[in-house]
Amino acid sequence: MTATAARTWRPPSPWGRPWVGPVVWTAIIAFLVWNVASLQVDPARIARGFSRFGTVAAKAFPPSFERFGILATGVWESIEMATLSTLFGVLLGIPVAVLAARNVVPLPVYAGGRLVITLARTFHELIVAIIFVKAVGFGPLAGTLTLTLNSLGFFSKLLAEQIETIDRGQIEAIRATGASRAKVLIYGVLPQVLPRIVGLTIYQWDIHLRQSTIIGIVGAGGIGATLYNAFARYDYDFALAILLVIVAIVLVGEAVSAIARKRVQ
Amino acid sequence: MLEVSGLDKRYPTGDHALRSVSFTIDGADAVFVIGPSGAGKSTLLRCVNRLVEPDRGTVRLDDLDITALAGKALRDARRRMGMIFQEFNLVERLTVMENVLSGRLGYVSLWQAWRRRFPPDDIEAAFVTLRRVGLEGFENKRADELSGGQRQRVGIARALVQRPRILLVDEPTSSLDPRTSEAVMALIVGLAAEDDIPALVNIHDVPLARAFARRIIGLRDGLVVYDGPVAQADAAVLERIYGGAILAETERSGSGPL
Amino acid sequence: MSTAPPPRAWRRYTPAQTVIHTAARVALAAITIWMLARLGVTWEYVADAPSQVADLLGRMFPPEWSFIGALVDPLVQTINIATLGTAIAVVLAIPIAFLAARNTTPNRATYGLGRLVMVVSRSVDTLIWALIFIIVVGPGSLAGVLAVAVRSIGFVSKLFAEGIEEIDAGQVEAVAATGASRGQTLLYAIVPQVRPVFTGVCIYRWDINVRESTVLGIVGAGGLGFALNEAILGLEWSRVGLILVVVLGVVVISEAVSAFLRKRVT
Repeated sequence: MTATAARTWRPPSPWGRPWVGPVVWTAIIAFLVWNVASLQVDPARIARGFSRFGTVAAKAFPPSFERFGILATGVWESIEMATLSTLFGVLLGIPVAVLAARNVVPLPVYAGGRLVITLARTFHELIVAIIFVKAVGFGPLAGTLTLTLNSLGFFSKLLAEQIETIDRGQIEAIRATGASRAKVLIYGVLPQVLPRIVGLTIYQWDIHLRQSTIIGIVGAGGIGATLYNAFARYDYDFALAILLVIVAIVLVGEAVSAIARKRVQ
Repeated sequence: MLEVSGLDKRYPTGDHALRSVSFTIDGADAVFVIGPSGAGKSTLLRCVNRLVEPDRGTVRLDDLDITALAGKALRDARRRMGMIFQEFNLVERLTVMENVLSGRLGYVSLWQAWRRRFPPDDIEAAFVTLRRVGLEGFENKRADELSGGQRQRVGIARALVQRPRILLVDEPTSSLDPRTSEAVMALIVGLAAEDDIPALVNIHDVPLARAFARRIIGLRDGLVVYDGPVAQADAAVLERIYGGAILAETERSGSGPL
Repeated sequence: MSTAPPPRAWRRYTPAQTVIHTAARVALAAITIWMLARLGVTWEYVADAPSQVADLLGRMFPPEWSFIGALVDPLVQTINIATLGTAIAVVLAIPIAFLAARNTTPNRATYGLGRLVMVVSRSVDTLIWALIFIIVVGPGSLAGVLAVAVRSIGFVSKLFAEGIEEIDAGQVEAVAATGASRGQTLLYAIVPQVRPVFTGVCIYRWDINVRESTVLGIVGAGGLGFALNEAILGLEWSRVGLILVVVLGVVVISEAVSAFLRKRVT
């Protein structure tokens, strides 16, 4: 093989044109640098932070479980809120999911269903909790309502997506017998999505348990309020105890949920 | 020259994959290793370039004792052995050119590798090799866009661009249909002969081995039970290598009895 | 002579099953009622709730549009907290993911370490991390960035590790067989395989973090939440309405951007 002039080769740019990549990366890096600059972090502040961290850590250890009663009440309230809201969320969420599944309802209904889901998803549970606290007063009721509404954004969304992927043949077969829309739902749709409903319910409970530990910050009940008060009163050893308990609840909840979901499938 | 002697390998699972395997490849012949699955063919090949660590025995390539090497010296030795795989093992999300050039990775720095700045000679060699395997103009296609036969050609190019002293070929056709298999095998044997390098080829397809081999090594349960010219590998020899399984084996590959 | 056989009965469930199902339902109902009773609901409040909500919405809308100028800075802060927090998390998550993936971790101790970091980071909510960092660095965006970063490390490294565990070992073997060094094998065989997963996860987490950042200010960690809290404390409901509209916009847009980008990288 005679050697012609050595050919060159550059890898094709994933951006289409070779100059786009560097420009994009420069822009991203410039943005991040500006971000860091806007934080106004200076060495003195970092040094103060470290020394303060030392003080706080010294106060926090060992964690104090002295006020166990308050702690247990908060934890139990969180669990109750999570459980009740999951129950109500499922009862409310199933119809919403059906209304938001493109393959079982007409277009205008579908649009309405999706709107409910989008609204329920968008606002962080803390914002929703503030509104409910204003509406029904401080306490776990506001928290339960918050989490129930939250279900419409998670449970309903995923269930609607599941309904949209079901086997059309089975629906057709039921419809061919002359069944009404409602009967088609019960005989053609429900059996196909039931395992998913059970799995999602457990998953939703796990998520609600996590959320129930924080919405107390704005007065919506649960262990979060206890934690926030402990921080506000500089009771760092009690705060650490609460934190450890929260981590434990979350881990146990996750494990229970994982095992239960595995058994359902 | 490849010299394998007393190679022994037992996996932690208890599988005794190789039992004191010895043979020598002199000159530039293609030597075909046949045997039922689980006979240790794949382990043998990987012990030669030490992707699998043998327990005992030595492998010498020319004057180099591969089994005594470690670290950088071992990687330098691997540069001299081109390997072709059953499942092609291309990096699916890289272009054909990047896959071929990865055969030159042992010769460039990490920085060059990251920036894709290979020396002009390597790039020229990659273009030439792509043409030799019949993939001219494919350099900027992504590997996952290619058909099975084309992928294996890229795999061959990656091995050849290393300018190896030997080709290690592991079941190169078992993921391909029969017609492509024959073309790919002809390409491997032909290109190895052109470059005047030997090839050690694992294969389970006996008729295909017969069509391309001059010398056959038969492995069974990690033991070399036959080593000799293909012409003398008669039914009795195959019986020794495969036991009763030989009939089923040939039927599966779609050809009649030998 | 022969009489017609009596019509056969068919039940979906056996009597025993029916009893069990009924008992389960009764138990569930009992637990629900018991928990409800314990909630200590003041029913007058509940009865009043719809009118309260209506009243609140009435005060929020129409929003005080002229206040929008004062929201530009908190809005930018919110995006910055999310972006910088995600960036820091990704940088820290990459080594942790390689430690916590079974096929790349050097030994059992490093694997355990990787998993431990994940669990600690994931089981504490961003808001609680924010409370902790406010104690350390004081209120403001910095606490928000740190909270977002620390909470995201676990999430990002978990998904990264799953991506690493799914790589095809054959491709790695093939590149190593050419005589490539460890670093080169990483660049040529592992990076191309995990890159789409990594990019997708980064974008996805950024989207989640934008949503989280909208509330961090409620506990004092900067961004729109701070403005929201001030407006609520000052009972400026029409401003609250405006802030909620802005939050809605930011979250919807970031989700759309995230969905668009993720579709492009896979």
